[in-house]
Amino acid sequence: MNSLIALVLLPFFSAPFAAWFGARVRPAAAGIAFFITLACLLLLGISAWGADLSHAQVVSFSWIPLIGLDFAFRLDGLSLLFSGIILIIGLLIIVYAQYYLAPKDSPARFFASLLLFMGAMLGIVLSENLIQLVIFWELTSLSSFLLISFWQHRQDARTGARMALTLTGFGGLALLGGVLLLGHVVGSFNLSVVLNAGDVVRASPLYLPILILILLGVFTKSAQFPFHFWLPNAMAAPTPVSAYLHSATMVKAGIFLLARFFPVLSGTEAWVILVGGAGLITFLLGATTALFKHDLKGLLAYSTLSHLGLITLLMGFGTPLAMVAGLFHLINHATFKAALFMVAGIVDHETGTRDMRRLGGLARHMPRTALLAIIAASAMAGVPLLNGFLSKELFFTEALDASTGWVLPLLVTLGAGFSVAYSIRFIHDTFFGEPSPDLPTNIHEPPLMMRVPVLILVVTCLAVGLAPALLMGGILNLSVSAALNAPAPAFSLALWHGFNAPLMMSIIALLGGLLVYLTRRPLTHGYERTLGRLNAKTPYNFVLRALQLGSETLTQAFDQGRLQPMAFWTLAITFGAGLIGFASVPAAPLFGLDPRATPFDGITATGMILMMSLAMGIAFIHAQRLLALLVLSGVGLGVSLLFVRYSAPDLALTQLSVEVVTLILMLLALRYLPQQSTPERAKRVGFDALLAGIIGAGAAILTYAMMSRDFASIAGYFLENSLSQGGGHNVVNVILVDFRGYDTFGEISVLALAALGIYALLQNIKLSPLAPPPITNARLAHPILLQTATHLLLPMTLLFGAYILLRGHNAPGGGFIAGLIFASAAMMQLIAQGQPLDGRALSSKAHSALALGLLLALGTGLASIALGYPFLTSTFTHLNLPVIGGVEIASAMMFDLGVFFVVMGASILMLTRIVQIQAHEPHTASVTTHLKEPN
Amino acid sequence: MAILFALLIGVLTTAGVYLSLRAQTFPVVMGLTLLSYAVNLFLFGTGRMASNAAAVIEPHATYTDPLPQALVLTAIVIAFAMTAFVIVLALKTRAELGSDHVDGASDAPTHPAEPHKKPTC
Repeated sequence: MNSLIALVLLPFFSAPFAAWFGARVRPAAAGIAFFITLACLLLLGISAWGADLSHAQVVSFSWIPLIGLDFAFRLDGLSLLFSGIILIIGLLIIVYAQYYLAPKDSPARFFASLLLFMGAMLGIVLSENLIQLVIFWELTSLSSFLLISFWQHRQDARTGARMALTLTGFGGLALLGGVLLLGHVVGSFNLSVVLNAGDVVRASPLYLPILILILLGVFTKSAQFPFHFWLPNAMAAPTPVSAYLHSATMVKAGIFLLARFFPVLSGTEAWVILVGGAGLITFLLGATTALFKHDLKGLLAYSTLSHLGLITLLMGFGTPLAMVAGLFHLINHATFKAALFMVAGIVDHETGTRDMRRLGGLARHMPRTALLAIIAASAMAGVPLLNGFLSKELFFTEALDASTGWVLPLLVTLGAGFSVAYSIRFIHDTFFGEPSPDLPTNIHEPPLMMRVPVLILVVTCLAVGLAPALLMGGILNLSVSAALNAPAPAFSLALWHGFNAPLMMSIIALLGGLLVYLTRRPLTHGYERTLGRLNAKTPYNFVLRALQLGSETLTQAFDQGRLQPMAFWTLAITFGAGLIGFASVPAAPLFGLDPRATPFDGITATGMILMMSLAMGIAFIHAQRLLALLVLSGVGLGVSLLFVRYSAPDLALTQLSVEVVTLILMLLALRYLPQQSTPERAKRVGFDALLAGIIGAGAAILTYAMMSRDFASIAGYFLENSLSQGGGHNVVNVILVDFRGYDTFGEISVLALAALGIYALLQNIKLSPLAPPPITNARLAHPILLQTATHLLLPMTLLFGAYILLRGHNAPGGGFIAGLIFASAAMMQLIAQGQPLDGRALSSKAHSALALGLLLALGTGLASIALGYPFLTSTFTHLNLPVIGGVEIASAMMFDLGVFFVVMGASILMLTRIVQIQAHEPHTASVTTHLKEPN
Repeated sequence: MAILFALLIGVLTTAGVYLSLRAQTFPVVMGLTLLSYAVNLFLFGTGRMASNAAAVIEPHATYTDPLPQALVLTAIVIAFAMTAFVIVLALKTRAELGSDHVDGASDAPTHPAEPHKKPTC
């Protein structure tokens, strides 16, 4: 069954090839598309051949097993039927389009989009998982957008494509909601489970929301009233697209969904009213409007609406036999309507117009095309001996069965009559009658290969019309039983059922249709003065405009383009929301009593109080920036001391080295910023202080509430397994590089990105320092004492960093800390020597260090995959080295080395970039002067 | 000690929030740094405060909770990256807009012109 997955994925993977080769060799695009479609057809055959399709064949791969999501496909009668239609019609369309596209159209873009669309459609009909189905559903909306707007230079193509995307995208969202609810009710997103849970779903209080949401998806996709208007507007697409998407496949996706969910959602009053109602209205609206359209494609578009409405109405009846009729008509409609669209394309291609008021007498010039068109249109009208007649008879039978009165049969006959009338008009006004004098006279038959696809479709119409049971009985039986999730009912596809009511309705419709056509002039006149003035686009545009205006107003009300009020309100509302959440929980004592409460310790308490006063001090003296910055690093020092005090040596080391690098960074930056802040309005300061106080109090209460209660930790696991599984004594480091290595990998990537972001931000920056001029002159900027001390310190610092790195797995230390120590050493050197050139050299090496580190970390992770373990699984061994003694060497240490390189590279890159700003200035002043400068 | 620890976090948060609401970039960066101290200490606090119990496996030792420490260690480094990025953003703002005001221009009464009054969409 792997052929099923290949079947869905093949079009997606081949689309880029079609685009790439097609852009170089024109025919390659169509060639690739053609052979890929052929291959897909072959794969479908392979999948279906030996399989017992009376039960769905499911193939699935684990996707997100934790929440029961699988990447799963299924093949049953229904998906076989739809895949067959998608691929066979697709094949014909590709042949036709190759000859249809003008020399200036890009075949690469066209066929690549077409392949994407085909893959998405196959994905919908072959999905077992509902979420996955919705994803493919959205992909059809997106790829159809590309196809409708293929002629990007045309305004109507862009508008039509946008409208189709807006509506089907909206429907797709609704569908997603419906599917999520459905999955919630059933407890699974797998169709095999969902299809057998019909009773559960119908009994659920969520049934109606589910139904409405899914139907919104169905109605927008299948252009059912009141969302029908996008389809006629999508006719700005090239005709092969209209023939493929808007008659044979995409608009049928909605019908497919109705059939798919039939066992789950049908059988209720709401289903009959909503589905049947929308179907009936669309059926009548489409049939009547089609007659009055002068554009060939416009007529076909409304006719398509009408036939889609007919099928939807059949689904709405909700009986097994109506399902037979619906699916049968779906096949028939796909054949004759695709053929008619192609004919419309041929007429347009040869005459340059699709306006039936100008066309006429084409039968003389293109008799073969005319013959094909007549047969296809007769099938559309429901003339006996053709497939359209058979399914229409079935439709009449179902309409009679479903109704108790005479209203429904009458309306149905009326609609059928109109469809006869517009079919006659399509043929008569195009191929017979008098042409407009301005029409070109040298009209001739199209290229043979444009006619062959039409011929194949028309022959199908005839063959199915003559031998329905033989050709369609099998697949209909299979697909109906799959759609019903039960054995298919007994049905008879025969030409002759005797003189019965449906036949009478057919005859009335045929004669009535002729009558309507003969009186079309006064009817058209009347239509254009009344109903023709109504336009569903108007409310659509109104709603869109209202939405746009509404969001603009709302945005302007809240976003005045000023950060301070926005930050204020964001904080205030966040705090308020947290408060509401807190209050909504049933009352429990806020503070508890932790049996492990920390004993009081006077020295630490003094330190904490000192830290508090320093922090408050910053708030008061922040206008004196340099001073505030020094006090800030005092607080940071306090934080690292707290870490030392409470058993977190790794944190203390990290905090301390980060503090050093941050301080240097901020000092360097402060040089280019005003040295003092300007005072602000007292009112704002007051409100800000008030909010800050409230939030601070909240944080304190929350902290105490958390700290003062007993807790159960998962620490035991890490403490027990650190040595046995991670091969390290330092549990914090083992968690970082082993247990949670994936997080750490993400984190060093962020660090690398931040460094590269800084690199990019400071590219070509022009800034002059705002710090007061140095007191000393440049010669004294690098005191000899400092230089000498640095020379002595540098090797020691590096040795210490290496020591910290190596011991990290077993004692406090590790890649993070070592990286920062190395960065500080490099900075110390830079400050003491003060040579911008060094900075430049360092910065380029920092890039390499970043890349090396990331690759090292990634490589360690991938190595474990190569050995058959999950990403970043660690292994270790015990070594007895001379002098040093016994050590555990873990592969995670390689990962830690990667961390080290990234941290070092990122820090050095950031620092040197800021140092380099100075290099561009005329008055090169050194960093040291700034460091020494009194406030 | 927990009360004092909670108070410390409260004070750090207060100062941090107040500074990050200021109108010029440098105090905002300092405010964010203070907030990151507060958050890191809070995270650290979830493992409680234990003396002489570093999570380094030794015979017959008591251990503190290593998990919050690992979280905080990464948080410290991420906060460092963020601080560095924001301060450079402040430099870039001044270079591009010629002002270190968070909105790119002061809205103080001395400069009545407010170009951002009516944003266009």
